[in-house]
Amino acid sequence: MRISVDLNRCQGYGQCCFADPSVFKLRGEEVLEFDPAPGDEHRLKVIRAAKACPVQAIYIGESYEEQEERSHRHE
Amino acid sequence: MTQKSKIDFKQILDHSHIANPYPLYAQFRETPVALQEDGSYLVSTYNEVVSLLHDPRISSDMRKSDAQKRFMQQAKQKREEMIAQGQQVEEPEEIVPAFIFQDPPNHDRLRRIVTSQLTPERVENMSSHIEQIVKEHLDKHAQGGQIDIVDDLAYPLPVTVICQLLGVPREDEAQFHAWAEPLASVLDPGQVQTEEQQKQIMQAGRQMREYMGQLLQKLKAQPGDNLLSGMMAADDIDGAMSPRELISTAVLLLIAGHETTVNLITNGTLAMLRSPELLERLRQDPELIITYVEELLRYDPPVHFRTRTALADIQIAGTTIPQGATIILVLASGSHDGQRFERSEELIPDRQGNEHLGFGSGLHYCVGAPLARVEAHIALGEISRRLIEPKLALDPPPYRDNAALRGPRHLPVNFKGLRS
Amino acid sequence: MSNHSSQGLRKDEHIVIVGASLAGLRAAEALRRRDFAGQITIVGDEKYAPYDRPPLSKHVLTGHLPIEHTPLAMLEDVRATWILGVAATALDVEQRQLSLSNGERLHFDQLLIATGTRARPWPEERGGKLDGVFLIRDRDDSQQLRERLARKPGRVLIAGGGFIGCEVASVCRELDLEVTLVERGPTPLYGALGSSMGSIVARLQQQHGVDLRTRTTVESFEGDAAGRLCRARLSDGSVVEIDVAIVALGALHNTEWLQGSGLAADERGLVCDTYSRVLDAQGQVVEGIFTAGDVARWPQHLCDGDLIAVEHWGNAVDQAENAAGNMLSAETDYRAYKHIPAFWSSQFGINIKAVGLPNRGDEVMVTQGSVERYRFVAAYGRQGRIIAAVSFDQGRWLEAYNTLIEEGATYPPQLAAADQPENMQSQPAGFPAMARHA
Ligand SMILES: Cc1cc2nc3c(=O)[nH]c(=O)nc-3n(C[C@H](O)[C@H](O)[C@H](O)COP(=O)(O)OP(=O)(O)OC[C@H]3O[C@@H](n4cnc5c(N)ncnc54)[C@H](O)[C@@H]3O)c2cc1C
Ligand code: HEM
Ligand code: SF4
Repeated sequence: MRISVDLNRCQGYGQCCFADPSVFKLRGEEVLEFDPAPGDEHRLKVIRAAKACPVQAIYIGESYEEQEERSHRHE
Repeated sequence: MTQKSKIDFKQILDHSHIANPYPLYAQFRETPVALQEDGSYLVSTYNEVVSLLHDPRISSDMRKSDAQKRFMQQAKQKREEMIAQGQQVEEPEEIVPAFIFQDPPNHDRLRRIVTSQLTPERVENMSSHIEQIVKEHLDKHAQGGQIDIVDDLAYPLPVTVICQLLGVPREDEAQFHAWAEPLASVLDPGQVQTEEQQKQIMQAGRQMREYMGQLLQKLKAQPGDNLLSGMMAADDIDGAMSPRELISTAVLLLIAGHETTVNLITNGTLAMLRSPELLERLRQDPELIITYVEELLRYDPPVHFRTRTALADIQIAGTTIPQGATIILVLASGSHDGQRFERSEELIPDRQGNEHLGFGSGLHYCVGAPLARVEAHIALGEISRRLIEPKLALDPPPYRDNAALRGPRHLPVNFKGLRS
Repeated sequence: MSNHSSQGLRKDEHIVIVGASLAGLRAAEALRRRDFAGQITIVGDEKYAPYDRPPLSKHVLTGHLPIEHTPLAMLEDVRATWILGVAATALDVEQRQLSLSNGERLHFDQLLIATGTRARPWPEERGGKLDGVFLIRDRDDSQQLRERLARKPGRVLIAGGGFIGCEVASVCRELDLEVTLVERGPTPLYGALGSSMGSIVARLQQQHGVDLRTRTTVESFEGDAAGRLCRARLSDGSVVEIDVAIVALGALHNTEWLQGSGLAADERGLVCDTYSRVLDAQGQVVEGIFTAGDVARWPQHLCDGDLIAVEHWGNAVDQAENAAGNMLSAETDYRAYKHIPAFWSSQFGINIKAVGLPNRGDEVMVTQGSVERYRFVAAYGRQGRIIAAVSFDQGRWLEAYNTLIEEGATYPPQLAAADQPENMQSQPAGFPAMARHA
C-alpha cells in the first residue's frame, strides 16, 4: 500500500489524523506530514482516513514493487 | 438580474415536507441563489454553497445581519417603552456567543483551544467506551420485541459520550439530557417558537450555564484528564478562554453534538431497514460502514441548512447578494446536486470521492466530526450486525419539527432477538 | 485513429514517456484510466522507481520520514515497461525514435517528455566537489544530507533563499543546528513572493535563530587538505566557518538531450501549446509529441499567454493529466490546459500556500488575518486585477481567492472580511525587475 496526499487540496482539517494518528500528523496548525508507505496493518485505518477527508485529498494506491510483481506473475 | 422566485424557503419549515424534503430541494436548485420575500437569499447548489462557505465576505455572526440589527433595535425600543411606562424589566442576560456564531480572529482562537484538547488520543480513548455504551443499551433488549432506536440508543449515546469527554460527573448526566433538547433548537434559525418554548429554552440555557460555571470552579480546584480541564488550562498566543467563553463553548459542544448524532444514527438505521439488500451488504462487509456513514451524511444528513450574513456585496451565479443580507446555505440540497454527484438521489453505500457537506466546509467545519464518525460507525455497525430480523414498525416514522436539524422523533423497530 | 473497442483504446499504439517521476507516472496512470490499451514504456535516468520530491527538503531531513518511504503511490495499474537507470540521449522526430544511453533505440507512436529540472550546481567545480557541499534534488542527495545533519555538524550554510533553501534552514533549526542563509536579493523568497512578503519570512527566520545574510552572495567554498569543506567567503568580505553547505540556487531544465531534435527547447524549458503539444524551433506544432511538468513552458492564460514554466507539484499532476487526455483524443476534442498554479511549502511550522502567479504581481495587500502572528492571506494585483494570493496558515480561504483570480476580479479586492487588518494598504510586491521576463 502506498498513499499520496494532494497537499494543494488539503486544508488541514485533520480528519485523517483522527483515523490514523501514526500515519497522519498535523504539525503546527496546517502542516500535514504523512507516511506514504505505512505497513499493511494500517490498511483499515488509512481507508478510514481517506474516506473522512472533507476534500478527498488522500489517494490510496500500490507500490511499484506490487505492480511489478503482479505483471511478472501474468507473464 | 435579481429575480424574486417562486421558491419559498418557508416551505422547508412546513411539516409536510419534513419526511422527504429532497424533491423540494430539487426545485430550489433550479434557481441556485434565490431572493426570498424577507430579503434573505436561499443558496441551494453545491458549487455556490461551497464557494460561499469559503468566502471571506460572509459572516457567522448574526449580530452583523440587518435582520438581527432590526430585531435588536425593536427589542431595545420595546424595553425602553416598558420602562417609560414604569414596568419592571429584566436586563437581558449578556451571553458570549459560542464560536459557531463568531468570526475570525476570535472564532479561530476559541476553536484552536478546543482542537488542541480534542486530540486523536482523546477520541481514540473514547471508542472503547462507546462500544461499551452501545452494547449496554442493546443488551437491554436481548429478548427482541420492539426497540425505539431514538429513545433506547441514539438519544442517550452522544450525551453520555460528550459528558465523559468534557468531564461531567456521571451522576449529573441526567440533567444534561433534559437540557439538551430545548437548547438544540437554538441552532435552528427558521424555527418559530412559541413564547412558552422560548421561556423553556432560556431557562434550560440559564440552568446549564450556571451548572457549567460551578463545574468549572470544581475542575479548577481539581483538574482531571478531560476536555474542560484541558481547555481551562490551555494557553493560546491570542489569549486563553475566559470563564464566560469556557461556558459558552462547553454548552456548544453539548448541543452541537447532540441532536446531530442522534439523527445520523437514526437516519442510518432507517435507510438500512428500508433496504434489505443494503442491510445484508453491511452484514457481509463490515468495512462498508465507513463509506456508508459518509454517504448518509450526504444522502440524509442531520444538518440541512445554516445561515450566514454578507459582509460585502457578493456577486454569485448572476445575482448580487447585498451587504447585510442573510444567506441561507442549504447544505443538504448542495449534497444532492446532480451536477456534482452522479446518481445524486440514490443512496450508494460505497460511493467514491464523496465530498459531501454533511459536516459543513471551510473554517466552521464540524469540530466534532471525528467523534461523530466513531459513534456512528460503532452504533450503526452494531445495529446492523446484532438485530435479528429487524423490521420498521412505522414508515415513515414521526419527525421532529426541526427542519435544520432534521430527524425522526421515534424509530420503533421490531426484531426477534440479538446476536451476541 | 481513435477507435474505442471493448478491449480498450488504440491497442496497437506505443506511447513512450521520458522522465520517470511525478509527471511521467501520473501521465501513465491517466492513459490507463482512459482505457489506453496499447503499450507504455517509461524511460528514466534515475535508478529508482518514481518517488516524491517535496519531502526531500522537509521531513526526510528532519528524520521523520525514512527515505525508503518516499516512493510515489501508483494510483492505477499502469502496466508499463520501465527502463530505469537509462537516459534518453537524442530524439529523432522524423523517424519517431529515441536514442538511449544504453545504446538502444526506441520507436514510439506518441511521446511524452517529462524530464523535469535538476538543481543548479555550484558554478565553481572545485568548491562544488568538497566533502560537505550538497545539492538537493534527488533521493541520494537528500539521504546523504540527512545522514550528515544527523551527525550534528557545526554551522550549516545555505546558498539561496528560495523555497528549498528556506525549508532546509527550517529543518536545521529544528535539529538545533546553527545555520546561515545567504541570499542575493533583499529578502528570502524574493523571486517567488517578492520582497514585501519576503520581509515577513525574514522576520520569521530571524525569530527562529537563522543567521540571515541578504544582499549577499557566496563567493567561494574552501576546504582543508583532505578536501573537507571548512569555510565560505561571502561577497560582503566576511568569512563563515562551516561544516556543511547546501547549494539551493534554483533549477535547470533538463533539455540538453533535445539539442539537435529541432524542438523549441532551451535552458528555460521545452515550449508547448495550450494543448501540451510541443513546438519546433519554427513555432510549429509537432504531432504526437507532448510535454508536462517542470520542463514544460506553456502559454499561461492568466498573463496574456506568456510562456511560463511552473515548477510545482500540482502542475506536474494536472498537466500530465491534460497531456494524456489529449494524446488519446482526436484534435477536435483537445482540451486546453487552463491551470491556475498552486503550491505549498512548509517552514518553521507554518504552511505557506499560494494560488495564481505571485511573481507576476505588481502590488500586494494583506487582506485577512495577522502578519505578526504569521496567520494571514495576501492578494497580489497586476494591472488592477487579482493575479495571485498567498496564505500563511490560512489555506482554507484560498479557494475563494482562486475563484476571484479566475473571474479576473478587481484589485485591490473589496472583501470587508471579518478579520481584515486595520490599515489595509496595497504595497509594491517588490520583485526583481528581471524575473518578469525570465
Ligand atoms: C527538494 C524539493 C522540494 C520540493 N517541494 C515542493 C513543494 O513543497 N511544493 C511544490 O508544489 N513543489 C515542490 N517541489 C517541486 C516538485 O517536486 C516538482 O514540481 C515535481 O517533482 C515535478 O515533477 P516532474 O515529473 O515534472 O519533474 P522531475 O520530478 O524533475 O522528474 C523528471 C525526471 O526525469 C528524469 N530525466 C531527466 N532527463 C532525462 C533523460 N534525458 N532521460 C531520462 N530521464 C530523464 C529526471 O532524472 C527525473 O527523474 C519540490 C522539489 C524539490 C526538488
Ligand atoms: C453527525 C453528527 C454531526 C453533524 C452532522 C454535525 C454537523 C455540523 C455542521 C454542518 C457544522 C457546521 C456549522 C456551520 O458551518 O455553521 C458543525 C459545526 C460544529 N460542530 Fe458538528 N456535527 C455533528 C456532531 C458534532 C459533535 C459530536 C460535536 C462535539 C463534540 C460537534 C461540534 C461542533 C462544533 C463545536 C461546531 C462549530 C465549529 C465552528 O464554528 O468552527 N458536532 N457541525
Ligand atoms: S483530512 Fe484531508 S484536508 Fe484534512 S488534513 Fe487530512 S488530508 Fe488534509
